[in-house]
Amino acid sequence: MQAVISGLLMGLIYALIASGLSLIFGLMEIVNFAHGEHLMLAMFSSFWLWALLGLDPIVSIPITILILAVCGIATHYFLIRYVLKAKMLVQICATFGLAIFIRSFAQFLWTPDFRNVADPMLSGRIEFAGIFIGQPQFTAAIVCLFAFIGLYWFVTKTETGLALQATSQDRQAAEVLGVPSNKMFALGWGLGLGCVAIAGSMMSSYFYIFPDVGINFSLFAFVAVALGGFGSILGCLYAGIIIGLVESLGGLLIDPSFKLLYVFAIYLLVVVFKPQGMFGRY
Amino acid sequence: MLLDIQNIDVLYDDFQVIWDVSLNVKEGEMVALLGPNGSGKSTILNTTSNLITPKKGSIKFNGEEISNLPTFKRTEIGISHVLERRRVFPHLTVLQNLNLGAYHPKAKEMRQDSLEKIYKIFPKLSQREDQLASTMSGGEQQMLAIARGLMGMPKLLMVDEPFLGLSPMVTKDLINIFKNIVENGISILFVEQNVRLALSMATRGFVLESGRLVISGDSKDLIDSGEVRRVFLGN
Repeated sequence: MQAVISGLLMGLIYALIASGLSLIFGLMEIVNFAHGEHLMLAMFSSFWLWALLGLDPIVSIPITILILAVCGIATHYFLIRYVLKAKMLVQICATFGLAIFIRSFAQFLWTPDFRNVADPMLSGRIEFAGIFIGQPQFTAAIVCLFAFIGLYWFVTKTETGLALQATSQDRQAAEVLGVPSNKMFALGWGLGLGCVAIAGSMMSSYFYIFPDVGINFSLFAFVAVALGGFGSILGCLYAGIIIGLVESLGGLLIDPSFKLLYVFAIYLLVVVFKPQGMFGRY
Repeated sequence: MLLDIQNIDVLYDDFQVIWDVSLNVKEGEMVALLGPNGSGKSTILNTTSNLITPKKGSIKFNGEEISNLPTFKRTEIGISHVLERRRVFPHLTVLQNLNLGAYHPKAKEMRQDSLEKIYKIFPKLSQREDQLASTMSGGEQQMLAIARGLMGMPKLLMVDEPFLGLSPMVTKDLINIFKNIVENGISILFVEQNVRLALSMATRGFVLESGRLVISGDSKDLIDSGEVRRVFLGN
């Protein structure tokens, strides 16, 4: 039971990270291989706002969102825009290169040291019916769930969200109706990295922060997007939760060090048996 | 002159597909753009929407040069383009598709009015408001695509192959709808391969062959023209 709860909590965070990735992919069919590095940037942003200005990660969430959203829009205007019509391999190299660049630059600036936010506002544990849940983990999961709901509401219910969906379903048809796809792409990057910013801020209360921290998360996000179905945001929620559960329950099965195995086994199964994922359009 | 295209050359990368074509549409007029497969009809419409930018020549709309105006700004000045093969948003509902048709601020303001008018012309769409566009038949999707184009309150409606794959019944409906639209003061420029059908509807026709304009004029003159017959049937 303990494992189910902690898997669920982690799953909600994966879901938010994955929906950022899925949003960007659905919109312009570009896979952001630097997604984990953007998460790392969000965590460092939280860390430095705490270390330099004394802001708790919880308090600095809006600032981190802003930083990452600007970072996302800049990524679109200075990099992605130029490879939109290029071959897929070029696009992969572009975002993969960006990942390596960000990671190396972070190492250069901040050294590969492990850091953590000491004495965060969220700490300690809560006990509920004999199950212990870490306060930061619990809050992180709830915040991510609300962020996810907010994102889902925005995309499905607002005018701009509708235009975003239209662009992702048929770029040319949307453009002809007056939807500027370039702006929509920038918005997608802003939103996608905004999601990552929230997840990163929340995790910085209880995770070590170092330049390579994003790698596992981005791999998990890829698995979640594949499982949920490329381009489907709702799929990310279910897939994120499934992955969180598999990871934490799998850890109990043989040995905790094998837990990643099950997660990537899911990926292989999806690719072989249901490549379009649970809610996929492709 | 509402739309005035003069001497345009269009190239896909290095490959020229349109040579020195001129074409115009007057206000409240229905004009047919004719030609066999691959003669460049769709390219002319796509160039008018700036989905592809002409290498040479001028495109004027209401007297203003627009060849460098980005695609998404064209609905605002009054050009609606219904792309080939309908291109409705499959995972959105009929109503959402229609709302997206009225995206620019002026049209957005009038959205409710436009919707009412459009439901009068296309009564079926009002019954299907909440249905996903992908679940409709080809004919219904074509109606939706045209209705979506009208939601932008255009002065010129460009329709690419409107009758493609439609049953004779639906074709007849659509012909009446086109007449209705023109009577409301909106000009139509449409692409069609069926010469007889197109010229029976349009006031004028332009005939393309391999990217060049071969003949143009009033429908009644074109319908018996030997040149038109040669283009479509060979010698």
